[in-house]
Amino acid sequence: MGQLSTKHLLGIKGLNADDIQLIFETADEFKDVINRPIKKVPSLRDITIANVFFENSTRTKLSFELAEKRLSADVINFSSSNSSVKKGETLLDTVNNILSMKVDMIVMRHASPGAPHFLSKHINANIVNAGDGTHEHPTQALLDTFSIREKLGDVAGKKVAIIGDILHSRVALSNIFALQKLGAEVMVCGPITLLPKYIDTLGVKVELDVRKALEWCDVANVLRIQLERQHIKYFPSLREYSLYYGINKALLDSLDKEITVMHPGPINRGVELSSDVADSDQAIILNQVENGVAVRMAVLYLLASVSK
Amino acid sequence: MQRRLLLGQPQLAITIGRLCQELIENHQNFEDTVILGLQPRGIFLADRITERLQGFINKKVDLGYLDATFYRDDFRRRDSPVKANETRIDFLIEGRKVVLVDDVFYTGRSVRAAMDAMIAFGRPARVELLTLVKRKYSAHVPIEPDYIGKEVNTLDSQQVVVEWEGQEGISEDKIWLQNKED
Repeated sequence: MGQLSTKHLLGIKGLNADDIQLIFETADEFKDVINRPIKKVPSLRDITIANVFFENSTRTKLSFELAEKRLSADVINFSSSNSSVKKGETLLDTVNNILSMKVDMIVMRHASPGAPHFLSKHINANIVNAGDGTHEHPTQALLDTFSIREKLGDVAGKKVAIIGDILHSRVALSNIFALQKLGAEVMVCGPITLLPKYIDTLGVKVELDVRKALEWCDVANVLRIQLERQHIKYFPSLREYSLYYGINKALLDSLDKEITVMHPGPINRGVELSSDVADSDQAIILNQVENGVAVRMAVLYLLASVSK
Repeated sequence: MQRRLLLGQPQLAITIGRLCQELIENHQNFEDTVILGLQPRGIFLADRITERLQGFINKKVDLGYLDATFYRDDFRRRDSPVKANETRIDFLIEGRKVVLVDDVFYTGRSVRAAMDAMIAFGRPARVELLTLVKRKYSAHVPIEPDYIGKEVNTLDSQQVVVEWEGQEGISEDKIWLQNKED
């Protein structure tokens, strides 16, 4: 009965469709829980979770912490900016030190792709990848697909366009895997410089014209331009990007159907999305944030039950 | 597989009728009382009870489903996790009387978890427990049903199986006592 096939959530790549369905079904119940007068359940009361963030985060960290607290887990927080990592400690040493304080689960964000995969080979605790560099961000993809399922009833057969900085986006890769495993069609769209070479080998459609992408899709998942990861110029200016790839209400209204707009946050208003789109009824951005807590509760709950 | 019939269709109908009469004795017209069926298996009994009650008193009775999966005390202590089910309570239980309904009473642990889960919906004035089959001398916690369909002596190696008409491949309501499958 209801058990994940893995004890770590390192990426969507390592999950199967049944795992994702189980996470969704469990998240349905947790979404119900977090909308009750008392939003807390005692399931993880004997579990300690360390949130180990080697890279900045607001939403994801808050969301994880809230999910952990709603499950009654004990939570400790670690961020590399004020820690011994600055003094030269290795990743494995840092984590082993945390684990020797009897921590059961690690939620980790790291700037290096594969960091959680490396850790999972050396430690026993359950690991949840909260983003590793430009590689994967599995819980974001789960909450995105969960939100699509909630809004449109099902993910299978839907057409989803991921628009923006695909090259630097871990959200894009995890979303591609998750959507494909659930039977959706995926298109990526962005300036040619921000599309990874050979992205089409993942079985996604590639489109350079944002209007064509919007005309094709049922759901547009709009990504932020990750300036902090761009060490060279990929396009002439933000104004030009906004002109060619920014999505505004006039553009959406000119389509012959009403599509759903998503954004993993943080939004750069006026760049990839105009304010009138971000605040419109077509956008489910705040639903995504709410679903994020429920989905992360489901992930933590299900992983905790695997360890035995 | 060896199995013994505890209650067949006619007896079961009589028993459910009697449980309804007992409920009416204590709750009259169910103005301040709600029925909560415990997921996953208590909801079928709760449906039957509510339907019969409404027939007797000619009035709608509030019925909800309560899932206690996240409140269980055996999380991470079982071999396989229990899958969560829907909780559906679209009324407030604050200040009202609650009758928890489950099909089989065994260790009492799921009832304990259910009471924890219930508190998230308010503080009830009073809580009672109705069970169709009570397995004797098996409680792990000091909890005792208020309304009992039938009490039976059982072994730990046995299980009580409740079949409801309408479930897959089932044509009649029946309750069996059988050995646990290895």
